[in-house]
Amino acid sequence: MDFVVVQALTGLAGASSLFLVAAGLTVIFGVTRVVNFAHGSLYMLGAYIGWSILTRLPRDPAWFAAGVLLAALATAALGALLEMGLLRRIYRAPELLQLLATFGVVLMVQDAALYLWGPDELTLPRPPWLRGFVAVAGSRFPLFDLVLIGVGPLVLGLLWLLLARTRFGVLLRAATQDREMVAALGVDQTVLFTVVFALGAGLAGLGGVLSLPDGSANLHIDLDVITDAFVVVVVGGMGSLPGAFLAALLIGELQAFGIVLLPKITLVLVFLVMAVVLVFRPHGLLGRPQAVARGAAEALALVRPAVPALRWLGLAVLALALAAPLFAGPYLLSVLTEMLVAVLFAASLHFMMGPGGMASFGHAAWFGIGAYAAALATHALAAPMPAGLLLAPLAAGAAAGLFGWFIVRLSGVYLAMLTLAFAQIVWAVVFQWDAVTGGDNGILGVWPARWAGDPRVYYLLALALCGGAAMLLRRVLYAPFGYALRATRDSPLRAEAIGLHAGRIRLAAFALAGAAAGLAGGVFAYAKGSVFPTYIAVGHSVDALVAVLLGGVQTIAGPVVGALAYTALFDALLTTSFWRFKLGAFIVLLVLFFPAGIAGAAQRLWERGRPA
Amino acid sequence: MSVLAVSGLGKSFGAVRAVDGVSFAVAAGEMLALIGPNGAGKSTCFNMLNGQIRPETGRILLGGRDITGLPPRRVWRLGVGRTFQITATFASMSVRENVQAALLSFHRRVWRWWRPARGYFAAEADALLDQVGMRAQGDRAAGVLAYGDLKRLELAIALANGPTLLLMDEPTAGMAPAERVALMALARRLAGERGIAVLFTEHDMDVVFGVADRILVLDRGRVIAEGDGVAIRADARVRAVYLGSGATSGGH
Repeated sequence: MDFVVVQALTGLAGASSLFLVAAGLTVIFGVTRVVNFAHGSLYMLGAYIGWSILTRLPRDPAWFAAGVLLAALATAALGALLEMGLLRRIYRAPELLQLLATFGVVLMVQDAALYLWGPDELTLPRPPWLRGFVAVAGSRFPLFDLVLIGVGPLVLGLLWLLLARTRFGVLLRAATQDREMVAALGVDQTVLFTVVFALGAGLAGLGGVLSLPDGSANLHIDLDVITDAFVVVVVGGMGSLPGAFLAALLIGELQAFGIVLLPKITLVLVFLVMAVVLVFRPHGLLGRPQAVARGAAEALALVRPAVPALRWLGLAVLALALAAPLFAGPYLLSVLTEMLVAVLFAASLHFMMGPGGMASFGHAAWFGIGAYAAALATHALAAPMPAGLLLAPLAAGAAAGLFGWFIVRLSGVYLAMLTLAFAQIVWAVVFQWDAVTGGDNGILGVWPARWAGDPRVYYLLALALCGGAAMLLRRVLYAPFGYALRATRDSPLRAEAIGLHAGRIRLAAFALAGAAAGLAGGVFAYAKGSVFPTYIAVGHSVDALVAVLLGGVQTIAGPVVGALAYTALFDALLTTSFWRFKLGAFIVLLVLFFPAGIAGAAQRLWERGRPA
Repeated sequence: MSVLAVSGLGKSFGAVRAVDGVSFAVAAGEMLALIGPNGAGKSTCFNMLNGQIRPETGRILLGGRDITGLPPRRVWRLGVGRTFQITATFASMSVRENVQAALLSFHRRVWRWWRPARGYFAAEADALLDQVGMRAQGDRAAGVLAYGDLKRLELAIALANGPTLLLMDEPTAGMAPAERVALMALARRLAGERGIAVLFTEHDMDVVFGVADRILVLDRGRVIAEGDGVAIRADARVRAVYLGSGATSGGH
């Protein structure tokens, strides 16, 4: 019994921390409709700034409280700067581009923090009062955790007062429900959005600095925190503060008890809860369907057969690719093989998120399943390479078909978040199932068959498989199925009214995209000779997203161009210092100035002066 | 026999009885107008007929077959075409491709993966576009059409399954007066030539009295009058609802 009480209290303390971050995220989303990936970075900045402030102040409780508030205010100011410098310019961009831009900020902040505070974890020297305990149910419970438990409801109460009792709160609630109407009533949105963003950032900073006594400021907390915060916000319902509180309680308790009772599968459990909630309540526990943004209807590009010039260019590239083994050395060939894998990986994501309208934040899951299927076939079953390369797309396609059944009924941000959740589940299973997957160490020695051992042969095999599969996907987009898929994206209402079973069509597209990504994973596994959990990590999913958006999501050639450009850029940056900062800045500039991507911009140039 | 026979149709939203025991029938080649003030239950009625909303009570018979509660795609498969109050077309496709998409679905060719879609049913699509006077615009993107043209494109899409029943929800909303008359004259002609039963809602009384064979008046979810133009014009309850005597509707 005592155990239950203490764990429950620990859970409440965890819930408070979760709520602080999630509250900021949900308030920002509610008003600006921006899913702020950089929210975890603000939390991290809060922790670092808090460390810098608190280590310079006297160590008694009053100074501590003052330092905490100061750190939160400083983070709020940084948030305001971020809003004015970047987000303000992209409110009208598609939500995926916004998400991507904020991810660019994540990368930049990581390197900025590395530059300013160094690579080491920073912990707070704890004065006696911070180390104090109270007796609870016969056990010693940290005093600071009790304080934390109080902070969550306190902040909820203050936010509630702000929303219910002030003019600013009325505006904020009105903007959450219908921001066009608020603008039409003459409210200055520019200021409102900046203040809201600063408020959200301040809450994230508060969460960050309050995490110091129990933890540390380090360079990993941004992504850890943002994943948890997404789960809480999505489970609670995006834009809903009470929902976020409820979900924080749920997830906090789940983590507190899970870590003791089922340590291996806690992460899986958390995402499973999220999946179940979304299946039964597609807008979260207390969320409402988003008001449709008016006047946002964009004219979508027609899909037309490639013009002759583009065909010739494609053929030239193909001929060059075929001739590569004649002049390229082993290193260049291995880079080219990686590029081919990246092309198929991006093309498969583009297939579902462009024409299918299903943006995924967890596409690496299918890539990883394919890679692990091939590796396990080689190791556990001693199967020959062709069997492994066949198993890879089959396993990934089957898994995507299974998870897709839950996913395709959602749309927009919720769909993206559920794909992220499933990818995290797959990642957690692979990471923790040591006996089969080797855990963190991965599986080594996945080498190609003897006949394909020569890098030149394997490169040609990769060209045939990845290039062929990408061409097939392209072919399908021009075929009736591709039209039906676009129909379900363009107008679900009309699609249903002409007899199309949108659910089945989307599921088939999802499974097909998964299978193609799985094949890419399989080819990659044999090319590298090993598989690791990082293949499934969020960062790898983002790689594919960046490649697709860099190329241009509205064009069929986009993912190919994007994957080639991104791989080349990535390889070039990786050897330089502060490459994350450069990559992040590159992504941000891309979203700001080339929202249609390289292929999109090229298409626009080409079409200039020609009749539509 | 009537193409569509509806009996005792009912649906509530919370405490509001949106549609309350509505019964009527439409014959082949007949144009039946469904009119009534805002909130009378016209759109709810429509959405139940094509399966977007499941009715709580009543039955819907299409050619004698019970279609109550079927999803829209099944209803469509049984020969019901539909246009929407706010047009719904595929913005990333050309005008011709919009119709081709409907034809692909009608001929059950959606699950094809290889041959390019533009080779499927192009002539058939052009013939349908010809009927609504949109053939010349076949290659234009649907996303850039004028509103009146979008409405005509929707009509061509709705005809792609060779419907026996056509549901048109406010077909002329947002159109210029001259366009309205032309579109409804077109619908009238198609109904006559192909023996299609047409059910439409409409706010423009000139259109209603100009083309409808019969008019059904709804108020607060109930049918309050039914008959031809002359009878409806003379009906005291209809006048009360529209002119607002306050006697029956609480003043509109």
